[in-house]
Amino acid sequence: MSIEILMPALSPTMTEGAIARWLVKEGDAVSAGDLLAEIETDKATMELEAPEDGVLGRILVPDGTEEIAVGTPIGVLLEDGEDLNQVELSLAPAAEPAPRAAEPAPSPPPEPDEVTTSAAAAVADDPAVPAGTEMVTMTVREALRDAMAEEMRHDEDVFLIGEEVAHYEGAYKVSQGLLAEFGERRVVDTPITEQGIAGLGIGAAFAGLRPIVEFMTFNFAMQAIDQMINSAAKTHYMSGGQLTCPIVFRGPNGPASRVAAQHSQNYGAWFAHIPGLKVVAPYSAADSKGLLKAAIRDPNPVVFLENELLYGRTFEVPQLDDHRLPIGKARIARPGTDVTIVAYSIAVGVALEAAETLAAEGIEAEVVDLRTLRPLDMASVVTSVKKTNRCVVVEEGWPQCSIASEVSARLIEEAFDWLDAPVGRVTGADVPMPYAANLEKLALISADKVVASVKAATYKD
Amino acid sequence: MAEGANKKSNGGKPALYKAGRDELVNFYREMLRIRRFEEKAGQMYGMGLIGGFCHLYIGQEAVVIGVASAIEDQDTVITGYRDHGHMLAAGIDPKAVMAELMGRQGGVSAGKGGSMHMFSPSHGFYGGHGIVGAQVPLGTGLAFAAKYRGSDAISVVYFGDGAANQGQVFESFNMAKLWELPVLYIIENNQYAMGTSVARATGASDLFHRGRSFHIPGSEVNGMDVLAVRAAADEAVTRVRGGEGPIILEMKTYRYRGHSMSDPAKYRSKDEVQEIRAGRDPIDQARQRLLDDGFDEAEIKEIDKEIKAQIAEAVDFAQESPQPDPSELFADILIETDGEPA
Repeated sequence: MSIEILMPALSPTMTEGAIARWLVKEGDAVSAGDLLAEIETDKATMELEAPEDGVLGRILVPDGTEEIAVGTPIGVLLEDGEDLNQVELSLAPAAEPAPRAAEPAPSPPPEPDEVTTSAAAAVADDPAVPAGTEMVTMTVREALRDAMAEEMRHDEDVFLIGEEVAHYEGAYKVSQGLLAEFGERRVVDTPITEQGIAGLGIGAAFAGLRPIVEFMTFNFAMQAIDQMINSAAKTHYMSGGQLTCPIVFRGPNGPASRVAAQHSQNYGAWFAHIPGLKVVAPYSAADSKGLLKAAIRDPNPVVFLENELLYGRTFEVPQLDDHRLPIGKARIARPGTDVTIVAYSIAVGVALEAAETLAAEGIEAEVVDLRTLRPLDMASVVTSVKKTNRCVVVEEGWPQCSIASEVSARLIEEAFDWLDAPVGRVTGADVPMPYAANLEKLALISADKVVASVKAATYKD
Repeated sequence: MAEGANKKSNGGKPALYKAGRDELVNFYREMLRIRRFEEKAGQMYGMGLIGGFCHLYIGQEAVVIGVASAIEDQDTVITGYRDHGHMLAAGIDPKAVMAELMGRQGGVSAGKGGSMHMFSPSHGFYGGHGIVGAQVPLGTGLAFAAKYRGSDAISVVYFGDGAANQGQVFESFNMAKLWELPVLYIIENNQYAMGTSVARATGASDLFHRGRSFHIPGSEVNGMDVLAVRAAADEAVTRVRGGEGPIILEMKTYRYRGHSMSDPAKYRSKDEVQEIRAGRDPIDQARQRLLDDGFDEAEIKEIDKEIKAQIAEAVDFAQESPQPDPSELFADILIETDGEPA
């Protein structure tokens, strides 16, 4: 019996991958466990092993092919003595994979031919970016890397420290190329020691350096939260302004995919609670770059919340020598008149998707991307609500004591007379994140849930 | 001493620093200043002029004075919440420390830190930290910064026998040795973590061994004798500054007062305290050395008077210093950047 070799899923978030190269030829005999091919995932290059002893009968997807969906047959393994011609091939590749040459290079650094002028971006133009600025297409991952690289070139005191940031180039490949450019003094691999790294980074910041501390994910930052709050956030105040702590804590935050309760949590509200911290949670690549650069320059401790599921998403980023954005300023991600949808991080994408659906039904939603959670730009939210008179807040996280709760309460205080309906909240379910795919889906926010909440707020349901 | 080696100081016979006459006088004066300051702080607390928690350093003076005399201006110091003595040893004006204890505008933290949270980076003093053990990774970070900049400054990190059991201390040891950071860890073993004696808190009470699994050398020092402290600190500072990486010194010391002002110290006998006070008091020992060196009582009394006057002056300053202006409430939370890109 021949065996179809399928494109494997090699990470929790992988939906497609590329075949870097086959390591065996058609007709080669292989044993179980032999390496067949190198697969490029969204995070790394992985090796594919033979599942059984046999002969590689056919390669269905050649070297260099990209965007191969997980589960696509990529080869056929024959049992010893089996003849390929006798094997009935009912193999229908899910989609015709595009050869690599036709695609722009996915990762470092962007090629000049990727430069385009600003066209139909998913996110509205940023007034902070001069009109006519050339735009370049890049992923959030690349934008974050470029932000760090630019700031490390700008200031010798900036260094990156964390688990797997140097030789591994980041557990999520965010620090690609940084070790090669800046060396081990400024790109520092650490042991698994979150509280220690946080404290050491804060001490170095007290001494005037500008550390970027990467948490592999913010779930692990719970081990370090005492240092972040008691040492980083409070010392400037407790010292009567004598000590400063110019540090950035960054890493992926919020639910990823199928990683369950201990690896799926949004800490936005936790850190936004703390005076003495700034908290940034961008959605687009342009904001990720502009705000991370600003965070590194900021003289205060900044918690910079990224999102694993956004790392691979592509956006247009202004081609500027020094693209920095103000911390503490929301932006209109989509203008509208009928309802304000407030969101941040990955929820902005959900809100924009919902807005498209609503537009088809005649409801024009204005999407406000908070971008910063502390200081919270309520002025922008209130301005929008005074125009639309209705508001729904979307947040990938628990409802109680959330950013959504805060925005809702502040609207009651600051815009009560302009509200024509109760403020709606669309949040993650109030449960530890379940593992099972169907339960996880139920726990997460979705455009449908946002649409339903907007209809309630506009009395259209 | 080979890497990873640990020893009781000098095979049981403690090395003593050979102090000159002026140095002896200075040791006495500096230790006495801390003693009198702390006694006064205790009185002020009793009068309700100092609030909250207040942890006195009485009995431990030799540790901080011996170490302070062995380091340079470029070096940094960080400690926990029992920090008044460390501040005075760093050369910070007693007036600013007393005013801070009373929560006044003239305090070293503008009245916003209090007893446990005082800082003066211009004196190389980085706090004053209220979370037990938190100062250890912070101080390790100060050492990281020194090495990053290629300076030959060292970081002196004080913590107690209680903090020695915190996990982040071991995380710090691991990184300090991994990167050979210029850090001197001083464990001030005053025998009690609040009310729990060392023997009741750990099965391994030789705290100077705590770095052994990280290959950090450590030694035990008589922390009641300023000359023993100075001798051990000299050797350790030279080696740390010389690039040998971290070193641990366990200072065997004793606090005479309770853990804080609100601690009646029922977990130990009065006799235990009295025995140490009578036989091993660091200031009495220094005084005796002065007498042995030919000082007469009158000269020593002059020093006592001088210190008494200084402390009185500190109290007067603190009491006259106004409470912080209400506008201080929202000052210094963040450094203003006006919302513009920093």
